[in-house]
Formats: sequence, C-alpha cells, structure tokens
Amino acid sequence: MEYLSLFVKSIFVDNMIFAYFLGMCSYLAVSKNVKTALGLGVAVTFVLLVTVPVNYLLENYVLKANALVEGVDLSFLSFILFIAVIAAIVQLVEMIVERFSPSLYAALGIFLPLIAVNCAIMGASLFMQQRNFENVGESVVYALGSGIGWLLAIVALAAIREQLAYSNVPAPLKGLGITFITVGLMAMAFMCFSGLTI
Amino acid sequence: MELFSKKNKEIFLSPLGLNNPVSVQVLGICSALAVTSKLEPALVMGLSVVIITAFSNVIISMLRKTIPNRIRIIVQLVVVATLVTIVSQVLKAFVYDVSVQLSVYVGLIITNCILMGRLEAFALQNGPWESFLDGVGNGLGYALILVIVAFFRELLGSGALLGFQVIPQCLYDAGYINNGLMVLPPMALIIMACIIWYQRAKNPELQEKSN
Repeated sequence: MEYLSLFVKSIFVDNMIFAYFLGMCSYLAVSKNVKTALGLGVAVTFVLLVTVPVNYLLENYVLKANALVEGVDLSFLSFILFIAVIAAIVQLVEMIVERFSPSLYAALGIFLPLIAVNCAIMGASLFMQQRNFENVGESVVYALGSGIGWLLAIVALAAIREQLAYSNVPAPLKGLGITFITVGLMAMAFMCFSGLTI
Repeated sequence: MELFSKKNKEIFLSPLGLNNPVSVQVLGICSALAVTSKLEPALVMGLSVVIITAFSNVIISMLRKTIPNRIRIIVQLVVVATLVTIVSQVLKAFVYDVSVQLSVYVGLIITNCILMGRLEAFALQNGPWESFLDGVGNGLGYALILVIVAFFRELLGSGALLGFQVIPQCLYDAGYINNGLMVLPPMALIIMACIIWYQRAKNPELQEKSN
C-alpha cells in the first residue's frame, strides 16, 4: 500500500516537470511530435529505473557516514559518483539496446546518449538522497513513478503542440513563448493533485 | 592582443541580450524556473552559476589540447562536478539557510545545459581569457533572467523583496491581497513566457517562423 501511494504521488503530485521543472531542456526541445516524445519518455523511464536503485545502493553502502569504513563520511563525493554512474549506465544501456533490440535503438537515436545530461535523471538521484528511502524497493518504485510522470508530461505536451501548429499565435509568442504558457497551464491543472493520498 | 578588444567585449555582452542563454538559446531552464520563488536564492544560484561557468570554461580551455576527443564529455562532467561540489560545500558552510532552500538544484548545476553548451561550443575552441569572459557573460545572462523572474514572483507573491516588506500595510488595509499563485511553480513558466514575449516583440529577428 505504501508503495502504491509513493508510486501515485511521484507520478502526479511530485511530477518531475510540473512540480520541479526537471529535464526541461529536452522536454521543450523534443516535444514537437508524439512519436519521438514517446521514445524519449520510455528511454528516460528506463534509465531512471536503473540509475536510481544503483545510486541508492552506493549512497547507503559506500557514501554514508560509517558505511564503508568506520568514522569516514564520504557524502561530499556524491555529486561526482552519481554523475559517473549515470554516464556509465547510459553508455551500458546504449550498448545493450543496440545488441538486443536494434529497432528500439534506431527509434531512440540521438536521445539515448543525451539522457546522461538530462537533469531529470540526476535530479531523481539527488531527491532519492534527500528523502532517505528505507529500502531499495522504495527507490525502484520512486524511479518508475517519476519516469512515468515525465513520460506523461512530454507526451501530453507533444499532443498539444501538434494541434497548436494549426492555430494563429501572435508572432512574438510563436514557438517557445506559447509552449511556456501551455506548460504553465498544464502545471496549474496538475496542482489539483496536490495532497492526493491513497 | 589586448584584454578588452572589441571582439572580447562582444563575447562578454552578447549573452546578456540578444544571445541570452535562457530566453533565446533555451538552455538551463530547469533551475531557472525552480529557484525563483524568492529573490535571495535566485541571487545565490545566479552567482554560483557565474562562478562555475567561468572556471569550468577556463579549466577546459586550458586542457583543450590534451583532452582526447572521444572522452571529452566525461572529462567535462568531472571538472564541472568537482567545481559544483566545492560551491555546494561553501554554500552549506556560509549560507546554510539558502542552501537548504536551493535543495537539489545546486547539485543539478552539473547537468545544467548552459555549462555543457558553453564548454562544447566555446571553451574547446578558444583560449582561457576569452573562455573566462564567455563563461562570466553567460552566467550573468542566466542570473539576469533569474533575478527578473524572482523579482516579480516575490513582489507579487509575498509583497516583499529579499525578505523585506515593500508593499505598505495601508494597501493591505485597503483590500490588497498577495497573489499566492505567484509563489507556486506554474507562474514561473508564465512569467518566463512574458519575458520571452517582450524580448521577441522588441527584437523581431528572434521570432520563430512556426509554432
């Protein structure tokens, strides 16, 4: 039950995009059509699902005070270690996907390597560190939930932008401006989920 | 070569206006929106980014001839992560309250696209001094947007600036109410859209052709 609550919360209430603005750069750049948006969303979810639990284990068994050696606190190294893990795992995922599913690899294209510098990935690891999850299971559920929340947000925006192409927007607002306003309104709509508990 | 030639001035000043990293190149949006509900964290964040862009640009620019091309991304990430770790420790030591408010966003400077963008596009091709100016310029361009957004959000959302009440009590007595929505995430996006709108209305060459 707690897992379900955490899962729903990380999708709707603590949505990566609408509540924390994480992964905004690729969110705005890759949301022009639904198909590529979906591909990127799936890739982000997948990488989150691998990196957050790995970083969780590192955090608890290596970095925390007294975890590795008695009396040593390595937590100041967390930024460097997290980013190194993320870069390495993205590389690994890229090779595995290429080997076992060339069609998915072709569909994701350039997005896969770019995920290494997506703030949503790093952000999820840092939130994991901040929230002190009790076990690996919670961190897996959190990663899956945030990934699906991100996927939902990017697919929704892409669908709206496909329709926007036919509307008459004032010239200075075209492109970026109207996209920001759209995301703002979507964020406002998502605010109604705050306080949701199961 | 003089230190402030015309070209260097251009490198320094263009990110503040027509080439702004946030409102024109759409880089580093995440943290620009998230830390701007008050002016103080926005200033600290802006300053941290200026320092980190400047020094990471200088370091990568000095190393640019020795870094093998294939592993440059990893090298850049390590340099940036080291600088961010230092800044984060300094913030924790000297302005603890602000570093709590900034929470994960200090760590997220590592994945801030402005940094990687400037390292890839500028520092790898140019000397240390130009790179330093470019870094400071882009950091300031980022900070500028942060401060503008935070100014409006704090003024309209809590009637204060840097924590000091600026809207007089008599206005509240006359029925004025703070707009609580300003402090919440959605308004950051909408204020950002207004800044972009204003900038593009003034500079028609920045307007996009399609939606």
